[in-house]
Amino acid sequence: MSELLQFLFSGLTVGAVYALVALGFTIIYNASDVVNFAQGEFVMLGGMITWFAHAQGLPLPLAALIAIAVTALLGVAMNKLMIEPARGAPVVSLIIITIGASIFIQGGTQLIFGKEIHSFPAFSGDEPLRIGGATILPQSLWVIAGALVVYVALWLFFTRTLLGRAVLATANNRLAAQLVGINTSFVMTLSFALSAAIGALGGMLAAPITLTAYNVGIGFALKGFAGAMLGGMGSPKGALTGGFLIGLIEALTAGYVSSQYKDAAAFVVILLVLFFMPQGLFGRKSTDRV
Amino acid sequence: MRLTPKAATLLVLALLVALTPFFFPSGYYYRVGALLFVNGIAVTGIVILTGYAGQISLGHAGFSGIGAYACALAPTHLGLHPALAIVLGAALSAVLAYLVGRPILRLKGYYLGVATLGFGILVSMVLNNERDLTNGPDGIDVPDLGLRALLETWGLDLTNGQFWYFFCGLSLILGAWLALNLYDSPTGRALRALHGSEVAARTVGVDVARLKLQAFVISAVYASVAGSLLALQNKFITPDVAGFMHSIEMVTMAVLGGVGSVLGAILGAGILTLLPQVLTVFAEYEQMVLGLVMVLVMIFLREGLLPSIFKAIRGKGE
Repeated sequence: MSELLQFLFSGLTVGAVYALVALGFTIIYNASDVVNFAQGEFVMLGGMITWFAHAQGLPLPLAALIAIAVTALLGVAMNKLMIEPARGAPVVSLIIITIGASIFIQGGTQLIFGKEIHSFPAFSGDEPLRIGGATILPQSLWVIAGALVVYVALWLFFTRTLLGRAVLATANNRLAAQLVGINTSFVMTLSFALSAAIGALGGMLAAPITLTAYNVGIGFALKGFAGAMLGGMGSPKGALTGGFLIGLIEALTAGYVSSQYKDAAAFVVILLVLFFMPQGLFGRKSTDRV
Repeated sequence: MRLTPKAATLLVLALLVALTPFFFPSGYYYRVGALLFVNGIAVTGIVILTGYAGQISLGHAGFSGIGAYACALAPTHLGLHPALAIVLGAALSAVLAYLVGRPILRLKGYYLGVATLGFGILVSMVLNNERDLTNGPDGIDVPDLGLRALLETWGLDLTNGQFWYFFCGLSLILGAWLALNLYDSPTGRALRALHGSEVAARTVGVDVARLKLQAFVISAVYASVAGSLLALQNKFITPDVAGFMHSIEMVTMAVLGGVGSVLGAILGAGILTLLPQVLTVFAEYEQMVLGLVMVLVMIFLREGLLPSIFKAIRGKGE
């Protein structure tokens, strides 16, 4: 029993990071119909920049803030320089553009920060907490809380603020949104900034546990994407649930099936979801207009 | 006499294979050439799938992995001649493509991309993890094809580099010829029709599901043969051949040159194969340059390099 609980704890920890990645995916996908394969790089940057700033002697909270702000700026730059000029391009082109961006960011990070694996101290110490015979690191609680807080904040933003509603309107119908006076270009910029910041937050929270290096992004991107798809593309609730579920499935696979194939779990889930319920858990059934 | 596009493409390829060796400063370039042709074969498969039929695959390296490991494993475990191992790999890839393709080709756009991506990653994971069979991430030796020795007994004495250069070059011309024939055939026309509009194609009686599956299976065979040739010429293979980055490379090569035409895609394969050779001086920047090239070409030359060049030439002529 305590074994199962232990697996669940580790599943929730990684699941929280995947949920943050999935939420980031969802925001950009809703605003622009672009699936951003560079989402994982935001996570990587969050961890790497925090490490770097901290290693320069800055206090951890300040380092974290800098990391989130810089990553958000990079997200905005990516939107302005790569996504906006490619508006209307076919899906294959957009996929290649975001993967190109991802490779570019990786290359740049490697050049600036090197190839080594880095970490920084956990926020509230390394003393594991005992719960029901299993243990959980305080940092895990930070990560899980991070995912939940971001979700609630996003929910409030999208339902209670004018700006959030403008984003939703743009997601529904860009032209109609423009006609009622919404600055859709600003909405795009905001979405990329928000999404990058959320990714960076996830990377920053997870780095003390998972460690970070220039090439960790793609793994987070694919798992987060699996989560978003499992939950239903475009649904924030789905992204949160899907992310946690992928984490749990992964941890249970590692615990009970094979730790070598734990990474396979996410992809088997994606294939099953796509075969049997392409709209995911919370997604709307899509119909194509001819 | 005016050349048809098909004859022109084949002529360009034949001249390329036959004449470039005269400009090689050293034997090393035969190797680069052979690599370029192998990538050309894989990319021709992508042209059939993406250029003709309009479907995406981000997991085709999985089939290359199957082709490569068939050549590594079948000779030692099944006693098969390496040449037959190529056929076995292609057959396995075709069967797998058929089984996987049936459910996932109903999907479109990103969903299809991600489903194929998942498939590719699963293949590379199996190759990485089944150490008893594949020797894991360290890679595995691949037996010699034996054809060079055979040619030698016939009096044709080629260096290893030369042999693989011409063997892969001829394979590429054969592959391109088949792809071009497909383009002009009724099947090819139907594929292009469903690329234009699936609904329209269906209303004029095109069996959309069957055709997509055909294109997927054929392109899987191309990827598998490319993987086999890569393994045989290197006499060594690692699971990277089936990796996510290799899948992306294939699609990028095709789209970079122009996925609509065989020659364009092969041009793309050429550029991305030569780029790392040129950039060895700036090895640290290689990744950044690759990423930047991908982004810039997609933004500024949406149809790919070759169609954009043709357009520029025609524009000036007027």
